[in-house]
Amino acid sequence: MTTGVTTGITTRVTPMPRPPGLLWRAFGKLRRLALMAVLLCIWQYVSLRVLDSTSRTLLPPPTLIFTAAWELISSGELLRHARDSLKREMVAFLWASISIPIGIAMGWFRIVDEQLDAIMEMLRPIPPLAWIPLSILWFGIGDEQNQFIIFLGIFFPILLNTINGVKGIEPNLIRAARCLGASEAQILWRIVVKAALPQIVTGIRIGLGVGWMALVAAELVGANSGLGFLINDARTVLRTDYIIVGMASIGVIGLLLDQLIRELGRRLLPWSRGMDR
Amino acid sequence: MSQLTVEDVTKIYPGHSASDEPVLALDDVSFHVEDHEFCSVLGHSGCGKTTLLTMMAGFEQPSAGSIRVDGKPVGKPTWQRSVVFQDYALFPWMTVHDNISFGLEMKGLAVAEREEIIRRHIELVGLGGFEKRYPHQLSGGMKQRVSIARALAVDPKVLLMDEPFAALDAQNRALMQEEMGRLLANSDIEQRKTMILVTHSIDEAVILSDRIIVLTRRPGRVKANVIVDLPRPRDEESPEFIALKRQIRDLIHDEFEVER
Repeated sequence: MTTGVTTGITTRVTPMPRPPGLLWRAFGKLRRLALMAVLLCIWQYVSLRVLDSTSRTLLPPPTLIFTAAWELISSGELLRHARDSLKREMVAFLWASISIPIGIAMGWFRIVDEQLDAIMEMLRPIPPLAWIPLSILWFGIGDEQNQFIIFLGIFFPILLNTINGVKGIEPNLIRAARCLGASEAQILWRIVVKAALPQIVTGIRIGLGVGWMALVAAELVGANSGLGFLINDARTVLRTDYIIVGMASIGVIGLLLDQLIRELGRRLLPWSRGMDR
Repeated sequence: MSQLTVEDVTKIYPGHSASDEPVLALDDVSFHVEDHEFCSVLGHSGCGKTTLLTMMAGFEQPSAGSIRVDGKPVGKPTWQRSVVFQDYALFPWMTVHDNISFGLEMKGLAVAEREEIIRRHIELVGLGGFEKRYPHQLSGGMKQRVSIARALAVDPKVLLMDEPFAALDAQNRALMQEEMGRLLANSDIEQRKTMILVTHSIDEAVILSDRIIVLTRRPGRVKANVIVDLPRPRDEESPEFIALKRQIRDLIHDEFEVER
């Protein structure tokens, strides 16, 4: 750098935009909710002013729904049903995690793949819900039947993702491990399982989502508790407000579950950049 | 610190289907690499040079002929013939430190000894301060340094390098070649590993090698076995260097003409 040389260059310094204030930022966040607020207002108006009292039962105004939500929360009923549903989901997940070793074996050992592939391909396209009649005969109404349906929902996404994760490993990673002196067992435990982990976590995320959907359906027909039971039970006594609160809870919990696994993946696998998808 | 002999090596890949012709990748390749020698295998892409390295490592077997290290035919892959890959092949879930440590753990070395070796090799490739980084946090050049350190740390008899600098940008490639050259110039000849470098870069081969094996285009045969007897570090401006480069370029260009 010599002096005087830079005279020919015009640098236009744009002033850095000031960081927006707290109020402005809050407004920015709120702005996204504008349409939703308008829709809620329209809903409220339609329900109260346009509908007659009979139809209003079918579409209660948001204010009534918030009241119903408060009722269900303060009485502890919502929490109890949510807890029962989540417990079923977790038990089913524990059982379904057997798909991880099966998937690793199918992805890594050709003979296991050959034998299991046909069976899995036959079972996989059957939606979990199609198992409901048979499962009711097998397990009766209750936790086991519900867990079985959820298990089916969780099992296959994890299995398929695990197999793909193992089969998709960079061949050179395996070669590198071999020429650094790793034995076959060490390659399986220290390379294959590790390399497939991000995809296994993705499988768990998808699986829990599918399982959660299957759970609600299973509870609709074969349970005495849980969020699916709650909304079906509310239907028999025409409590539309409870139904909507139950539906919203199912959505919120499903979302939280997904976020939780995402966050766990990010924390536990900081080296993987594929965790955001 | 070992000799490597390639004798009458032929590699044929069967066609994918019955109608496919089998592909002759390497045809009767023979050469000998002395102790401590740095040998480049130079050729166009598709001449089977990477296949040759793959067989030296033991990932594949020759269809005919043999590859021997100190007279013993190579078998399964082992740390005695460690490999530096073009795409680095670093374990993404391990830090720089753990990547280098992996081979040492596989050898069953005690922690103290491992740490000492890791420290030495991180210093050797100039990556001090980056021990805790993950591969995705490193530039291409740094990744390849880790890969070289990882392969050297296990103390192999032969170091095999498959186009190690090909994926780097021009500046980084030149820098890495230069550093590698300096490393070779500075290290005690008795300490130096026998190294095989597969490359398509004439410059790279002439800067680094004691011996250059020029392969023909498909199928690969030995076109020339050139001894490079220039003092290290090599002066790229010197008339001898330029003359040798021209000589090898002519050999390579011949091949190009034949193809047309």
